[in-house]
Amino acid sequence: MTVIELAGIERVFHLGDSEVHALTRLDVDINAGDYVAIMGPSGSGKSTLLNLLGLLDRPDAGSYRLEGRDVTTLSPDEQAAVRSRRIGFVFQSFHLVPRLTAAENIALPMMLAGIPVVERTQRVVQALKDFGLDQRADHRPDQLSGGQRQRVAIARATIMQPAVLLADEPTGNLDRATGDDVINLLEGLNQRGMTLIIVTHDPKIGLRARRQLMMEDGLLKSDSARPSAVVAST
Amino acid sequence: MRNADILRFARDATTAYPLRTSLSVLAMAIGVAAVVVLTALGDGARRYVIEQFSSLGSNLVIVLPGRSATGGFSPANAITTTPRDLTVDDAAALSRLPLVRRGRAAGRRHVRDQCQWPAARNTGRRHGLDLPRNSQLQDGARAFLPEADWNRGSPVAVIGAKIQEEIFAGRPAVGELIRLGDRRLRIVGVLKSTGQGLGMNTDEVVFVPVAIAQGMFNSNTLFRVLIEAKSRDQIEQVKRDAAAVLKERHGGEEDITVITQDAVLATFDRLLRALTAAVAGIAAISLAVAGILVMNVMLVAVTQRTGEIGLLKALGARGSTIRNAFMAEAAMLSLVGALTGYGLGLFGAFVLRQAYPVFPAYPPNWAVVAALVTSLSTGLLFGIMPARRAAQLDPVQALMKH
Ligand SMILES: Nc1ncnc2c1ncn2[C@@H]1O[C@H](COP(=O)(O)OP(=O)(O)O)[C@@H](O)[C@H]1O
Ligand SMILES: [Mg+2]
Repeated sequence: MTVIELAGIERVFHLGDSEVHALTRLDVDINAGDYVAIMGPSGSGKSTLLNLLGLLDRPDAGSYRLEGRDVTTLSPDEQAAVRSRRIGFVFQSFHLVPRLTAAENIALPMMLAGIPVVERTQRVVQALKDFGLDQRADHRPDQLSGGQRQRVAIARATIMQPAVLLADEPTGNLDRATGDDVINLLEGLNQRGMTLIIVTHDPKIGLRARRQLMMEDGLLKSDSARPSAVVAST
Repeated sequence: MRNADILRFARDATTAYPLRTSLSVLAMAIGVAAVVVLTALGDGARRYVIEQFSSLGSNLVIVLPGRSATGGFSPANAITTTPRDLTVDDAAALSRLPLVRRGRAAGRRHVRDQCQWPAARNTGRRHGLDLPRNSQLQDGARAFLPEADWNRGSPVAVIGAKIQEEIFAGRPAVGELIRLGDRRLRIVGVLKSTGQGLGMNTDEVVFVPVAIAQGMFNSNTLFRVLIEAKSRDQIEQVKRDAAAVLKERHGGEEDITVITQDAVLATFDRLLRALTAAVAGIAAISLAVAGILVMNVMLVAVTQRTGEIGLLKALGARGSTIRNAFMAEAAMLSLVGALTGYGLGLFGAFVLRQAYPVFPAYPPNWAVVAALVTSLSTGLLFGIMPARRAAQLDPVQALMKH
């Protein structure tokens, strides 16, 4: 089953008079439960693609179907609802709210979704246990190590049980050993059925994925799932 | 997002930046406190004046020498040279009016020169029976000045508490003789101390029969005559009758002014209410300034927390949720500021009342409500712009600013 279908996606940024084609003629399908690495040099359009997949940005042309539903035509509030329930984000710089504790940060998506406090508390307790953060529930981000922060961020991204987990350079701010822990954690989630899409420019991490998409200048340079087709089109 | 969660989230956000929060709360508090204290002053002044004026008596008609300027131009005025004085005989004629219950005539002079105590005044009074309102005699003495023929007053006096203190140093004064100018007067009563008021202070006054006063000052003119109608309905009739009687006695000239106590009260009331409203309006400007400060603080908050706003959007927050969260924050700043200011204002009014016990400095309800409503609505109004700005932030751009 395909969870993501992109067809003819274009994304153009206007910088003064010049146009930057961040994404050009992009056709990608991603299966539910897949583990995909998006790779490529800096400025090749990886983050732009991830933002489109996460409905933080809209394409200038093309269609995007998420779980069979065209999401590019949704209203902003409907898109917010999709982000809330079907998509999880993990960022390079963690993006934890500094004044909130680990537990409160993890509960944030549930609070925004209007889930009752009792259920929130139960699920946060479970998540803290699952991610080895039981002892850190009441710590604020500045009292946590980088690895712990990213684990809080991953717990937050998955607390709503999304269909797709999007991670933009999740190990970019971590040392190698901690980075590996985080990747293992993400892979564990993928093994339990969550579709995982990681942006990285680290080939070692990229090669661990089941499928690699190579980007260059906004074009899909190669796709490990369809070696011949993509190269032919460029 | 649930309302309780929005409020908690906003509260945590405000307490996370204590300096900024307390400054805008302080600004709002000063604005509200200014309105409360200044209107308490204004309304206190109004009540004080009304109270003092009402203490003269009820159903009063006031007769003053001289033509009121509000009568408009009339040929009679142009011909008249100087208005005739109001005399004791005029007062006696007024007292014979059928609808008049009683009255008092007053001549008043400062007698600093003639007397050895400061700023003492004398007041002659007709009938001599009533105490000044709000005054009481010491030592259980019953009578004020004795009723006697107006033109032959007996040589007696009632003195204020301070004068007794200064002359007799606490010894009983009733029955003693004092010298006032070239007269020797027997003291028949001492007034209880009433404390410092803003108007006439009876502690420093000597009351003598009107005839004695007129003899002393070699003048038979009266400062004013107060007459009291038998009932409220008869005030207007008494006013007309008084004017008619005096016109007749003054050879057909309308050279006196007759006003009712109610009219004077109403005028003072209007005047001082307008003053209070004007003062409230001026103080309200500080509320607008405080509102702008809240806006400033919220704009800084939006800029400082741009990354957080991007994150909230990525986590599924709607634009309206973010707008509400920031509006709640602005509302909290204004609300806490307004309540703090209300407390400060009440305390300020309390301090005023402690310092000037005769001055009823209570803020009027309308001013308190207006101050609270204005501060809340300016806070919200000026909160709208920053909140909308937050809600409209592009999530990708916002997330990059971290
Ligand atoms: N908001 C923007 N405005 C203008 N240009 C942008 C914007 N976002 C990205 N770009 C440009 O689009 C291209 C792709 O950017 P990005 O997707 O961030 O690359 P990557 O994540 O692969 O490093 C770059 O050339 C970048 O400069
Ligand atoms: Mg990038």
